[in-house]
Amino acid sequence: MRLTGAQALIKSLEMQHVEVIFGLPGGAILPVYDPILDSSIRHVLVRHEQGAGHMAEGYAHVTGRPGVAMVTSGPGATNIVTPLADAMMDSIPIVVITGQVPTTAIGTDAFQECPITGVTMDITKHNWLVTDAQDLPRVVAEAFHVATTGRPGPVLVDVPKDVSNAMMDWYWPSSIDDLDLPGYKPQTEGDPVAIRRAAELILGAERPVIYAGGGILKARAAEALRELAERTGIPVVTTLMARGAFPDRHPLCLGMPGMHGNYTAVTAMQRADLLIALGSRFDDRVTGKISAFAPDAKIIHVDIDAAELGKVRRPDVAVAGDCRVVIEEMLRALESLGLGPDSGSSVSRDSMAGGRPDIAPWIGQVRAWQKEFPLAYDQEDGGALKPQFVVETLRDATPDDTIVVAGVGQHQMWASQYWKFDNPYTWVNSGGAGTMGFAVPAAVGAKVGRPDKMVWAIDGDGCFQMTAQELVTASAERIPIKVAILNNAYLGMVRQWQELFYEERYSEVYLSPDLPDYVKWAEAMGCVGLKVESAEEVAPAIEKANGIDDRPVVIDFRTDAFEKVYPMVPAGSSNDDIIVGPSAGEGGR
Amino acid sequence: MTPPAPPPAGGHVPGSHMAGLGAPRHHIVTAMVENKAGVLARVASLFSRRGFNIFSLAVAPTDDDRFSRITIVVDVESAPLEQIMKQLDKLVNVVSITELAPEEAVEREMLLVTVGVGPGAAEHGDLVALVGEFQGTIVDEGGDRVTVMLAGTPSRVDDFEDLLRPFGITELQRTGLVALPKLSPVPAATPT
Repeated sequence: MRLTGAQALIKSLEMQHVEVIFGLPGGAILPVYDPILDSSIRHVLVRHEQGAGHMAEGYAHVTGRPGVAMVTSGPGATNIVTPLADAMMDSIPIVVITGQVPTTAIGTDAFQECPITGVTMDITKHNWLVTDAQDLPRVVAEAFHVATTGRPGPVLVDVPKDVSNAMMDWYWPSSIDDLDLPGYKPQTEGDPVAIRRAAELILGAERPVIYAGGGILKARAAEALRELAERTGIPVVTTLMARGAFPDRHPLCLGMPGMHGNYTAVTAMQRADLLIALGSRFDDRVTGKISAFAPDAKIIHVDIDAAELGKVRRPDVAVAGDCRVVIEEMLRALESLGLGPDSGSSVSRDSMAGGRPDIAPWIGQVRAWQKEFPLAYDQEDGGALKPQFVVETLRDATPDDTIVVAGVGQHQMWASQYWKFDNPYTWVNSGGAGTMGFAVPAAVGAKVGRPDKMVWAIDGDGCFQMTAQELVTASAERIPIKVAILNNAYLGMVRQWQELFYEERYSEVYLSPDLPDYVKWAEAMGCVGLKVESAEEVAPAIEKANGIDDRPVVIDFRTDAFEKVYPMVPAGSSNDDIIVGPSAGEGGR
Repeated sequence: MTPPAPPPAGGHVPGSHMAGLGAPRHHIVTAMVENKAGVLARVASLFSRRGFNIFSLAVAPTDDDRFSRITIVVDVESAPLEQIMKQLDKLVNVVSITELAPEEAVEREMLLVTVGVGPGAAEHGDLVALVGEFQGTIVDEGGDRVTVMLAGTPSRVDDFEDLLRPFGITELQRTGLVALPKLSPVPAATPT
């Protein structure tokens, strides 16, 4: 069958079972947009290419399938650089197709030319410049394979216009042996000797903590993690990227560690004698000052990316492999050492598990911390509306499997702290890159991926202004997301740092609560716009929003500008120096 | 690409040309890579963005035209060798990596150098003798200058360069190190 390169590209996406492309056409990608008219693939027309990239990320977060974005050359391609960097940091599988000027014009500074494979070399898992239409099906298959296997990540395929227009003989690579990837061999199975060593360390520990990261979700390992925790009785912290990987309501769940983690999660890691790091990467926002992090802990580190093992903290046992596969092997190893089906079951005294130290005193200590240092805020009657109160009210008024999408800043931390994530794939945020403006487009992508679920973006006023135009996309495409703006009229997290570390010298952080008028703006974009100024209005407004399913809703919550995110470990400090809350006399104003 | 480490303070020290080759701070990594456009840029960019320092880098096709071999002399003080190897291995175009400790490798480097001693000059005889002693070759002669080639171990090339210096070096180019594993005195297994 003879096809144009453009037809072959779209057909290749169909072969990959792509159901939606987020994109925006332009000159160099024009040939590829023609066969979209005849394809079963849905196209969502964005208002800015950055939106297309974040939508693809949101879609990938909640479905586990790669998100696809398509844009033109030059500025179209550079506008999607931020989502690529974001997806690289958070290991999100997305496939970005960019148009390119004709091969004959490459290198001539042609109109809308940009060497996007060079630009994105360091922020994609891999990228390709296709120079022969005959290569297109193979390259598309390679791109999806690389994006979704091993440690997932973003890939980019750059397609010059003459390649799209050229004729080719259609084929489809039937197996990975037909791909040209001699250097790509992701390792999924862990070394059994190391796994056995890990099991022995687990059974020898008195103060163990499971440090679960985003790799649990990528590996679809939430069930395996739960089994490991329940059978060993070991408490679990879930990092910002792993919220929902272990149910918040589970008695062994300690919640989020790190710079704005809760006291118990942070301190349990500090005092642990064993950290079982599963798909986590000892990020600086988790460890604080690395030389002071968990000083007494032995480390078991499991990650599919071998380069993470020993990158920050030298592990005592390192296992390169897929988290689900390795945890399942670990459970078998624990069983062979005598561990019973749950933490309470009796075990043979002469097995290793029979000689296991009693971890009950440790669990007792953890419970005592939880009791003494809970997350706290104070919503006074008639007082300024607290952002945490909005998050809690929203949490209680929505279904348990609601998907929550956040931008970056204070609102993101409050959402992560106060939401109860009991299901995996219900939390979507920009963790590693910290990309402001992520929430609205990522929520659109999430809703496209899971139209059956309620999708709420919890956003800041600063973030919202960066990408709000994608609500036009949502209205036009009938993608009914809901947005809660925690509007404190500030770039709140920056304001918080200036208050705490720059002697309240506020430099360029004030935004105004009324400019823009968020209700009018929402209405102008085809959404329902609501404004809430007091605590009593919160629940009724949410109830109203939850009842609207034919268009997006935006609620402008006017929240207390002086509220800060606590607990907090100041940057560069030891996690031992955690600040639990505002000290007496330091009320914020 | 990350620039090479600066030379030690105090100027040139004989044998220190590559900031202490032979000292434990350098290690040789050879990577078999796909012979495709942009692969060298990917390798160089990885070293740059991760802050890995390179003393030298040499790249050339192998006997199989689908692959090239990159020989990199890395500064293991800038990052642990293990990290460098693992990050390099993550590049999709890198097919395999071999690490060569200096004592387990056969290392060679080539030098081309032009010195300001013409065939008629008084020191010409001394120069020819020196080149002969090092088993170098005079590869070009002009009226007042000659160009000399030498291949050898890096320390031998260092020594040669130092001894040529009094003759007046006007141009100098070294290739950077290439290396292969040292062969075992025990015959390898019979080829299948």
